[in-house]
Amino acid sequence: MADPLLRVENLVRRFGGIVATDHVSLDVARGELHAVIGPNGAGKTTLISQLTGQLLPHSGTIRLAGQDITRVPAYRRSALGLARSFQITSLLLDFTAIDNVALAAQAHDGHSFYFWSNARKERHLRQTALAALDRVGLRHRADVLVSKLSHGEQRELELAVALATKPQLLLLDEPMAGLGATEAARMVKLLQELRREVTIVLVEHDMDAVFALADRITVLVYGRVIASGAPAAIRQNEEVRRAYLGDQHAVTRHG
Amino acid sequence: MKDLLDARNVIVALVIAGLLSLPLYTSITGNIFMLTLFTRIVIFALAAASLNLIMGYGGMMSFGHAAYLGIGGYAVGILAAEGIGSGFIQWPVALAASALFALVVGALSLRTRGVYFIMITLAFAQMAYYIASGLARYGGDDGLTIYKRSTFGGLINLSSRVQFYYLCLACLFGGIYLIWRIVNSRFGMVVQGLRSNEQRMQAIGFPASRYRLVCFVIAGTMCGLAGALLANNTDFVSPAAMYWTRSGDLMVMVILGGMGSLFGPMIGAIVYLLLEEFLSQVTEYWALIMGPLLLLIVLFGHGGIFGLLGRLRRG
Repeated sequence: MADPLLRVENLVRRFGGIVATDHVSLDVARGELHAVIGPNGAGKTTLISQLTGQLLPHSGTIRLAGQDITRVPAYRRSALGLARSFQITSLLLDFTAIDNVALAAQAHDGHSFYFWSNARKERHLRQTALAALDRVGLRHRADVLVSKLSHGEQRELELAVALATKPQLLLLDEPMAGLGATEAARMVKLLQELRREVTIVLVEHDMDAVFALADRITVLVYGRVIASGAPAAIRQNEEVRRAYLGDQHAVTRHG
Repeated sequence: MKDLLDARNVIVALVIAGLLSLPLYTSITGNIFMLTLFTRIVIFALAAASLNLIMGYGGMMSFGHAAYLGIGGYAVGILAAEGIGSGFIQWPVALAASALFALVVGALSLRTRGVYFIMITLAFAQMAYYIASGLARYGGDDGLTIYKRSTFGGLINLSSRVQFYYLCLACLFGGIYLIWRIVNSRFGMVVQGLRSNEQRMQAIGFPASRYRLVCFVIAGTMCGLAGALLANNTDFVSPAAMYWTRSGDLMVMVILGGMGSLFGPMIGAIVYLLLEEFLSQVTEYWALIMGPLLLLIVLFGHGGIFGLLGRLRRG
């Protein structure tokens, strides 16, 4: 891999005595969909939060397209082309769907110290927002308050918001969380389309989705990378089966 | 178009018409008192509207907003005492001093959230209060009498009750118009987004603090104008203008009228000050009636009087 879009080296983050991220190294090539899996408490969300800048690592480096962004604040990472969706839906609930997306477009259209003209009447912001809503199949819900959207629609809106920032790299923290079977299937289909346009790091519990989507998978257990490779290799990996897949599959089968 | 007949719009239109025609009423009836009372109400409405910009739209619960009333007032009073009577100097100084104070307070307090933010803004306002009390040269505790209202070179005569009233009204409507432009602008969308979900706003790329700070300064400056008006209205400025109860009054006006609604603070200021005026004539324990009344409106009128009116239509 000549020049990875994202390169994480020896990342360490502790919470008190617990090492939530234990010397994690990870490369994500341009154009790939890289899944990060691991049992609950493996440190997946902690890792994502460090990538987006919500949390600072204690040591190690994060590079985006060669640039060291380890200490760059969250809002500026977004400008560098990093977008995220949240595990627990995080939207502006008292805004309409289109306002949520338009704000994301606005964030990437220079500074926002304009005090006079009506932002809701700026055609290119609205059009960018509508296009992103269209992309996730929410165009017909554009003027609905987010608090009135279904959970599935809110998950899709999270994606639209991320897309409106025109990211190079999309970090998706459990986009299927809480979705029903049909909604999850729709989400998988959507991600299958998106992966052609943007590099994606996907943290997900839904193993079927992960194996259907991922080019490469990194397995995290207790904050450490125990394996990284193509889906087929991960499926065969003894340590992974022992530590994770075995249990998880048993659970899914009965559930 | 049925939105136009929303109870809120009807009330707002009636109130605006009433405010505009009030001098006519007083000139017919000779009831000067109403004009004096309403001049005060209009000034406080402007102060409440400016507080609403940060509190209602920006989610910043400032408990020190009355500080700007005092700063604007003292700018006028001190310059007048030093022989500078021109409003063209006094008022810009009042606005600039308020803006500067807001910049300092905001830069320090906006690092905090919730109760801490409330406490720090309160602390700064109290600091301003004690500093004003210590200004022996300018009346100290007793306050400073302003012997001559600001002059505007024949353009407008502030000593004329009617002219001064209309000036205050123009400032109020101008302020509300400005707030309306701001909240619908790109800047306003960001500020409201930050109120709604700061984490999300940071994630899509907005640096939260600088937008909040600018909003804080705009609101402080606007309230500084109200302070300059208030000092001219009473021909007097004293530390009491900045006392924390005054900041509380402003908050009550905003909450009573309806936080985050354009005209809510104006309605709130009118209702609050009228109640205070007339209840205090009935009994000196007027606060005993006012308290429960406020409680009822806040408890049952989610979104203040404006929220109540909004729900009337839906029955």
